[in-house]
Amino acid sequence: MKQISVLLNGLMKENPVFVLLLGMCPTLGVSSSAINGIGMGLATTFVLVMSNILVSLVSGFIPDKVRIPSYVVIIATFVTIVQLGMQAYVPALYASLGLFIPLIVVNCIVLGRAEAFASKNNVISSTLDGLGMGLGFTFALTLLGSVREILGTGKVFGLTLFPENYGSLIFVLAPGAFIALGYLIAIINKIKKA
Amino acid sequence: MEYILIIISAVLVNNIVLVQFLGICPFLGVSKSSSTAIGMAGAVAFVMTLATIVTYIIQYYILNPLHLGYLQTIAFILVIAALVQLVEIILKKVSPALYQALGVFLPLITTNCAILGVAILTITKEFNLLEGVVYSIATAAGYGLALVIFAGIREQFELSDIPEGLKGTPIALITAGILAMAFMGFSGMV
Repeated sequence: MKQISVLLNGLMKENPVFVLLLGMCPTLGVSSSAINGIGMGLATTFVLVMSNILVSLVSGFIPDKVRIPSYVVIIATFVTIVQLGMQAYVPALYASLGLFIPLIVVNCIVLGRAEAFASKNNVISSTLDGLGMGLGFTFALTLLGSVREILGTGKVFGLTLFPENYGSLIFVLAPGAFIALGYLIAIINKIKKA
Repeated sequence: MEYILIIISAVLVNNIVLVQFLGICPFLGVSKSSSTAIGMAGAVAFVMTLATIVTYIIQYYILNPLHLGYLQTIAFILVIAALVQLVEIILKKVSPALYQALGVFLPLITTNCAILGVAILTITKEFNLLEGVVYSIATAAGYGLALVIFAGIREQFELSDIPEGLKGTPIALITAGILAMAFMGFSGMV
């Protein structure tokens, strides 16, 4: 039962983007379409789960003083694995996410969970925590990506909802990212209060 | 001429925060007053330029000759983390006044994705060292410009009547969106 609450924690109550406001750069940067959001979310989820597992396994052996640099190396290793894997198997997605793949290293969510959760808990809870946070991040990115794609082009996942020239292009461009996320957070704050 | 184009492009057209979405966390975090915004901008400019020089040397004189290109991410982030520590220690000794001004912002900079982002962009854009330095200084200036304008606007929020649900982060994001719209006016200049 406790395991399930750990998993759900990241999805809803402590959603990294909407509630904790972490990882804003990739959230705004890659959410111009729903599919980019999913790709970025899953790449981050992989890094989160793997680094959480490894950190919870080795945290007993790492001296306290070199804790953070060690975690950073672990995270950077998995980011490099994701980078090489995506380059080989999904080059189109890799090209459209671009710079934001290597920048998973400095995503505060990953280091935050390693330090705040994985270093203090066992492997199973750490895996679930990584999975929950990762899926919460993926959910947030996909939602924001869908909203921007629908408002901007009238399409989502290649499905046409209304003709493209009724869409307002601004939502696909940079300003739309800030505005759409601002209103999404406002709506979620409202729901949480009710 | 080439350098002027790099500067205009980095400061206005491809502004690092409002167009490229790098360094958003400190942008939202420290932009509540103009004075902290200026301090942060100074610290970013300092570390970004140093980091670009050091990572450039590492890429072209260590990673490339040894065919270790795949270690780029790991090498860069470690170098930046070490560099920030080093800058902090040196500043504390050499210039306590500057340390006082920038000190609190330095630890935050390791996780500022703008630093790593600019270091990687300098390599992918295939700049030479001088172009890289000009590019990183100009990017930092663009970062400072956006941060100071944004902090100035946010200071006004204290006095304005904002709807309950939009208070805090939502209104900050929407303001940043409108600011980004203003910066879009520069697109096509270069």
